[in-house]
Amino acid sequence: MADTTRADTLERSRGRLRRQQALTAAGLAGPATFLLFLLLLGPTTAVVALSFTDWQFGAKSLNLIGLGNYAEMFGDRVFWRSLRNTLVYVAITVPTSVLLGLGFALLIEARSSAQGFYRTVYFLPVTATLIAMAVVWEFLFHPNIGLVNLLLGLVGIRGGHWLNNPATALYALAAIGVWQSLGFNVVLFLAGLKSVPRDLYDAAAVDGADSAWERFRRVTWPMLGPTLMFVLVIMAIRSFQVFDTVAVLTSGGPNKSTEVLLYTMYTEGFTYFRSGYASAITVVFLAFVLTLTLLQARILDRRVHYT
Amino acid sequence: MIGRPSPWFDLVRHVTLLAGAAVMLAPFVWMTVTSFKPPHEIFAAELTLLPRQWHAYENYREAFTKVPMLRYLLNGAIVTSAIFALQVLVAVPCAYALAKLDFRGRGLIFAMVLLGILIPSHVPAIPLYIMLWQVKLLNTYAALVIPFVISVFGIFLMRQFFKTVPDELIQAARLDGLSEFAIVWRIMVPAAMPAVISFGIFSVVAHWNDYFWPLLVINSRELAPPPLGVAYFRNEEAGHDYGPLMAGAVIIIAPLVLAFLAAQRRFIEGMTMTGLKG
Repeated sequence: MADTTRADTLERSRGRLRRQQALTAAGLAGPATFLLFLLLLGPTTAVVALSFTDWQFGAKSLNLIGLGNYAEMFGDRVFWRSLRNTLVYVAITVPTSVLLGLGFALLIEARSSAQGFYRTVYFLPVTATLIAMAVVWEFLFHPNIGLVNLLLGLVGIRGGHWLNNPATALYALAAIGVWQSLGFNVVLFLAGLKSVPRDLYDAAAVDGADSAWERFRRVTWPMLGPTLMFVLVIMAIRSFQVFDTVAVLTSGGPNKSTEVLLYTMYTEGFTYFRSGYASAITVVFLAFVLTLTLLQARILDRRVHYT
Repeated sequence: MIGRPSPWFDLVRHVTLLAGAAVMLAPFVWMTVTSFKPPHEIFAAELTLLPRQWHAYENYREAFTKVPMLRYLLNGAIVTSAIFALQVLVAVPCAYALAKLDFRGRGLIFAMVLLGILIPSHVPAIPLYIMLWQVKLLNTYAALVIPFVISVFGIFLMRQFFKTVPDELIQAARLDGLSEFAIVWRIMVPAAMPAVISFGIFSVVAHWNDYFWPLLVINSRELAPPPLGVAYFRNEEAGHDYGPLMAGAVIIIAPLVLAFLAAQRRFIEGMTMTGLKG
């Protein structure tokens, strides 16, 4: 009998403890959860909802127009131009900065001398404020007094007005993008290379892989697979969000040649204040980024099963 | 990679890496030397590194006086430190609850945090702008800070770190009579200091460099953070005189670049560990 009372008390005090824990948890996690809804999940849902309306910022009323904004968007040449430019920008910057990043990381890791120095130098642009460096790049790209054309002049090439020419502006911005993100990839690859077990190289050597290329092909490349996928997708997501250089250097021009998705969203939403239409562009932007992220999750999953 | 020592390979390695390093450094070098040059040397279109006639004082004076450069830096410092302080205040208790307490809804909250990580910061911009407009907070410091007080990435990162703190430590603190709030701030945060610092570097770098959001919500010079300030400066100055503009760029990037050079490992850790969040 004494046993049951003790069990009862224990049960009751355990229940009290649980209630108390629940209360404490609410106090600890409550504010963050509330703000998460208020500032992130709520507004994201609101963007999707807004994209089905014709609301203009400041207007007194709004109408549900179903897929009207999307229909307008898909019929608009500026939108297609913008999407194409964004994809071209991604298609240039991602392979270039990933391959260069991998190459430089392999070279840095190959010998022990000056590793720290190179890592620091390559990473420097990642920390520098992009807007300030964009202004510097604009000066470097200056047709007459810019460093780029002065150097090209040394080898007898007459460089043009890179940022003002519809044929080259997007490539010039992509070059800035590669310069800025390369060091990030170098550092990620260096971390990946460090995690390759040394004895795999010894084992490969025993198996007769004695050239550098064979070691790379049989050990480094397969072991680096997950890092490579990770870097590719992170770079793709970051490149997809290109905005700063466009906004400050070209404003989408000349002739819409550097119009990109986020910049179109910005002009529609915050210059013309067409909130509904800009929301629809945002939804397309989100869809692309989410697709890339899910792709990464799938590929990483498969990789994990392999190894 | 382990290879046989070959002086040729060493040479090729250094030549290639130095060539790459030269390209990476060129914008910094050219920016700095231009900030020392007088206009006629800049417009002479010559490839000279050092100025014949030093104009550094004039250029930097103009960068500080023609635009409120110190004000921009101060705004950057105020905004980034306010954001980081509030992020920690909000994220750390939540991360502790997710890592160490057992309660209903924990899985759901964590799932929503993960969902939040997937959403780029540009996506909620339009509704956030409308909200700030409705409460008449556009063009204030609050507009620069409020959208970022919740950092889902901060919650995620701190939760992962708190999970590695042994439960015995928390039990002992409870037996000593510490409240859960005291445990969060006096036991967990000191134990997770490396993670807090990494997150701090990530947060400060991201918001010191952010241009998109300030561009939307700020339209007065007095409140502009550094990137917005440099864009204003460029719109007035470009094409006329590059000396002061380059001096301005040097001033704006200096704080972060110097901090990076002083604490490289921490910076690289903070910015790559958190590289998930683009």
